[in-house]
Amino acid sequence: MPRDFTPKVITANHLLEGDVVYLTADDRWTRYHAEAELITDEAHAAIRLLDAERQVDTIVGAYLADAKDGLTGPEPTHFREVFRTRGPSNYAHGKQVEL
Amino acid sequence: MYRYSEFDRDFLAERNRQFRAQVERRIAGSLTEDEFKPLRLMNGLYLQLHAYMLRVAIPYGTLNGAQMRQLAYLAETWDKGYGHFTTRQNIQYNWPRLRDVPDMLDALAEVELHAIQTSGNTIRNVTADHFAGASADEVADPRPVAELLRQWSTDHPEFQFMPRKFKIAITGAPNDRAVTAAHDIGLRIVERDGAIGYQVLVGGGLGRTPMIGKVLAEFIPADDLLPYLEATVALWNVIGRRDNKYKARIKILVHEFGLENLKAEVEKEFALRKPLYAGGKDVALLDEIKTHFAAPEFETAPTDAYDVFYATDPVFRSWADTNLSEHRAEGYAIVTISLKKQGDTPGDATADQMRVMADLAERYGHDELRISHEQNVILPHVHKRHLPQIHAELRAAGLATANIGLISDIIACPGMDYCALATARSIPVAQEIATRFEELKLEHEVGPLKIKISGCINACGHHHVGHIGILGLDRAGVENYQITLGGDGTEDAVIGTRTGPGFAYDEIVGAIETIVRTYLGLRESAEETFLQAYRRVGIDPFKAALYPETKTRAA
Repeated sequence: MPRDFTPKVITANHLLEGDVVYLTADDRWTRYHAEAELITDEAHAAIRLLDAERQVDTIVGAYLADAKDGLTGPEPTHFREVFRTRGPSNYAHGKQVEL
Repeated sequence: MYRYSEFDRDFLAERNRQFRAQVERRIAGSLTEDEFKPLRLMNGLYLQLHAYMLRVAIPYGTLNGAQMRQLAYLAETWDKGYGHFTTRQNIQYNWPRLRDVPDMLDALAEVELHAIQTSGNTIRNVTADHFAGASADEVADPRPVAELLRQWSTDHPEFQFMPRKFKIAITGAPNDRAVTAAHDIGLRIVERDGAIGYQVLVGGGLGRTPMIGKVLAEFIPADDLLPYLEATVALWNVIGRRDNKYKARIKILVHEFGLENLKAEVEKEFALRKPLYAGGKDVALLDEIKTHFAAPEFETAPTDAYDVFYATDPVFRSWADTNLSEHRAEGYAIVTISLKKQGDTPGDATADQMRVMADLAERYGHDELRISHEQNVILPHVHKRHLPQIHAELRAAGLATANIGLISDIIACPGMDYCALATARSIPVAQEIATRFEELKLEHEVGPLKIKISGCINACGHHHVGHIGILGLDRAGVENYQITLGGDGTEDAVIGTRTGPGFAYDEIVGAIETIVRTYLGLRESAEETFLQAYRRVGIDPFKAALYPETKTRAA
């Protein structure tokens, strides 16, 4: 049996800066995970991913990442995605200081 | 060291011009990412977790002061003020912007450096013994051959789209400091009846299927080296597997096809290729390259200044005991500058630190620097009378950590703090292990011990050949660290053995402490190193200490 669909956000890297971005419900790319569109429907996720992948002049490598609903918006569930929201742990000069 | 010819300069300028145009077309939208990716990888540009990463080749780990200064300039101008020296003698910049990369490459070309073939399915930067040309145990300096291989492999038309990447390492000394047995091809310079030749190892490699290289040829005469290597790579390029990237490396071919079959086929291919080299142009070129690597004029001077400091200054003595190696010239020493200050990121240097090292090399070190695969920087030729001054300046720059070969001299890949392939973090594990043993004041009592950490199965951190190896994995969405013991990356290369189930992120430092305390409890004397003790007693005492509950359950 196929696994149940779990909520997702669409994330990618920005073409010019290379940093982590998320797709919002109103079709912007944001640096803030909490502003991302939380997608709960599998068919909608597939369509949104196609929308994202078409934007080749803005982003690179769009994919669906697991997320959950949080207090201020979507939050990552896997540690890799948590790290991507804030930058490396050895220096405080990733997103954790820029945002 | 090697100075570019007009051909080298023109080639690099043209290549950089091409890449600049490719970047412009990508930004303008006329190249898709699928089209652009192989082009950027050929020029060392990756896209990592948080940013682009530019990997710059430091051919066979050799730099002069001006080149090191330029690396500092890049770090300051287009990055966040530092660079990361890697386990393949390269330097990585973690934060470049796509638009800036062509300018970075042009700046590198000004000092005869490039990022070509630091990625992609090509022959990668050839690595060499970081003590080349300086160590007392050397048969011959491997760098001229390494430079010949760089020129031969760079943009070699036959070897641009191979089944997988291909790594070559070379040593000129019987004490293998270049981990030649863990490379697709490892070359060891040997002497037979007064003639120089090469022992050729094939099929070594770490990664998901770790293997120690096997001897493909005991002795290839110097004049035959290039056609022999070309025959070997060409054969693999044709019959190596392309159906599965995990089975594409030459080690799998050696395993599946058999060493003896491979030897026979390489000999046939060699017979076809050798006539193409009949003019001896490669031999003449090597002779020309050798003139670039003439040894500096070593001075003869008293070493009193060194002797006095060594006798009276305990901090200096401690540093000298761990960070100096025997030089082939009387009165000289090889200085290893540790980039492993406890708590810092292994292999990282700030722009200021790079300039200090460049300065020291220019003033006291015949303008030579080396990068080791163990992520440290070497001043290969230093007269001992300069050592107190060098030590003082290193200390002021936070570069005088006395820990070479000790427990805090840890190799660590960037791991999940930077790398898109990583399955767990490496850097904080290294930082915490180093800090823990610093606090315990056990480092010098423990003695020689190599810990190597990889953040994924690709093994950039060489964990298989660490005396203690740590492999970070993702187990059901949680970081988990497996431990291997007894690995060895020298001429007696051995793949380490797994202790058993892995440890969580907050357990791994404690597990390493358990292993080290077990060693301290069972060693026969302070002279018996960790590796010697492990070889004597085997893995069982360490397992028993790591997994006490398993023993109880079995009993």
